[in-house]
Amino acid sequence: MLNMLLRSRELLLLVAIAALLVVVTWRFPGFITLANLANVYNDTSILIILALGQMVVILTRCIDLSMAANLALCGMVAAMLNFYVPGLPVLLLVLIAVVLGTALGAINGLLVWKLDIPPIVVTLGTMTIFRGTIFLLSGGAWINAHQMSDLFKSLPRGIVAGMPVLSWLSLAVIVAMLVVMRRTPTGRAFYAVGGNPHAAVYTGLDVGYTRFKAYCLSGGFAGLAGYLWVSRYAVAYVDIAAGFELDVVAACVIGGISIAGGVGTVPGAVLGALFLGIIKNALPVVNISPFAQMAISGTVIIIAVAVNARAERRKGRVILKRAEHVA
Amino acid sequence: MMSAEQTARYVPDRLKSPAARWVKSWESLLIVVALAIFLVNSFASPYFLDPWNLSDASFNFTEKALIAFAMALVIISGEIDLSVAAIIALTSTAMGYAAQAGFDTPMLVAIGLATGLGCGAINGLLVTGLGLPSIVVTIGTMSLFRGASFIILGDQAFTSYPASFAYFGQGYVWWVFSFELALFVVAAIVYGLLLHKTNFGRAVYAIGNNATAALFSGIRVGRIKFILFLLTGLMAGMASICLTSRLGSTRPSIALGWELEVVTMVVLGGVNILGGSGSIPGVVLAALIMGMVTFGFGLLNVPGIVMSIFIGLLLILVIALPIVYGRLSRRWAKGAA
Repeated sequence: MLNMLLRSRELLLLVAIAALLVVVTWRFPGFITLANLANVYNDTSILIILALGQMVVILTRCIDLSMAANLALCGMVAAMLNFYVPGLPVLLLVLIAVVLGTALGAINGLLVWKLDIPPIVVTLGTMTIFRGTIFLLSGGAWINAHQMSDLFKSLPRGIVAGMPVLSWLSLAVIVAMLVVMRRTPTGRAFYAVGGNPHAAVYTGLDVGYTRFKAYCLSGGFAGLAGYLWVSRYAVAYVDIAAGFELDVVAACVIGGISIAGGVGTVPGAVLGALFLGIIKNALPVVNISPFAQMAISGTVIIIAVAVNARAERRKGRVILKRAEHVA
Repeated sequence: MMSAEQTARYVPDRLKSPAARWVKSWESLLIVVALAIFLVNSFASPYFLDPWNLSDASFNFTEKALIAFAMALVIISGEIDLSVAAIIALTSTAMGYAAQAGFDTPMLVAIGLATGLGCGAINGLLVTGLGLPSIVVTIGTMSLFRGASFIILGDQAFTSYPASFAYFGQGYVWWVFSFELALFVVAAIVYGLLLHKTNFGRAVYAIGNNATAALFSGIRVGRIKFILFLLTGLMAGMASICLTSRLGSTRPSIALGWELEVVTMVVLGGVNILGGSGSIPGVVLAALIMGMVTFGFGLLNVPGIVMSIFIGLLLILVIALPIVYGRLSRRWAKGAA
């Protein structure tokens, strides 16, 4: 019964996505073509990468609100290096972005691990600090398309075997995360630490260190996404991806990752991100003002969390039945 | 909220003397910090100590502080409301819409307060009625409320407000004391009394420390939490009236990111983000500190985004320092024994 519920969670999302596609196709038949769906996937790739990083953090009962700011900082550093030090190979820039992102994530992780500061406070603080640092680095100036090298901009767009590199990258991240979460001790540790921190300690897991690892992972993904974002939109400035951290959390919530920790799967997070991506891409097509997107994703988040809560409540044991009725 | 682990508490066999407690309290630390910032500012810029400049500076924090009082209660009760800035946007949009339809100031104020209350009621119902985690619910309603504002306004703006509406954000009660400053003082007193001198306030602390125990001792947990969300909505509506009146226009992006500044203010004021402790005087001091820092940096031509670095650092440091201090003092105590 429990397994069925958990499994049906992703099934439910698939059904919702299918229903969404049917509605959109009914209004605009061209949406369902393979080429367009591939486009939508490509467009959602960055969100998927970020959502998988955020998922790991949420699994350990933490949250990372600094992801978008981390992304913007790493993207800006990559773009500035590309502009001021033209000789650097692009792959090295990508590596620098990932390492820098991991380091920024490690700062979050250390503050949570070593000082026991609540994650939401830490990442609220580092969010504004990272954004401010971009301003200090760039002086508020933009790095525009003509200041970036051609290879820097074209790498994620390059077509390999019929799909852009960006799509392949996100697929690779999904596969890697599937393996990590299901087949490695570290992946199990993320679940254990979030499911029951006390029990995790008794089984020999270091709760703080596991959280630290989760933050490093989400930071690294944010760094990678930073390069991808800047090169894809061919511009870097202080406010890129402002507010995107909430889209990422929304994708996780829609994907059935419990904010209370310990519950959630890689396919869930991916489907949650895809759901948001499809809405974003479908609205202009079916003639709904893009301004409606925010309200729609808000409604979807609320519905998703209500559904999540119902699924989770059944698992709980009712010890004091009468008292619960009084409440 | 999120990390549920509780470490064993050190329980002393007698209370410290009231004076010693006061000296070591968070509020007295804030007073020292506030005085230090005040002194540094007055030396750094000759324009700081001008009553009219200081009065202008108060607009930096009054609107946010109005919300922070109600937010403090919500956070003490163990919940959080991240939708406050979005409530400001929706309320402002509703008032702008009504103003365009020809309603006059009293009606606009009523609509503003009612919209705020309505938004608060939605949050409260979702959190207490359906038992959902407030952090996710209010992230959702944040998108919903601001999204509704975007649907109504798009890339347009409401700018036609009646002349008398300007009083709330631009009027002065007496000499340099603006209406907003007066409202801030009144709200501080009302919330201070509510939290520290009433049964309701005690119940809020009780819920934040242990909601189950509070329920079993006869506190209507759901109802009180619902009222807290209502109050937060109401205060956001009030802040929206002031802000809209001060700016004289409404865009959907109004007050963007304020929820974080309000939470920062509350946490800086010594309210435990996990619930259960905190005080209104602390929040008042935190509001003054944030206002003065912003204003002082402004006088020195420091850009707003650099100020935000400082606010972010302040937020982490004020929480980290007591933890580090506590650890060190425990280590010293152990070494002495």
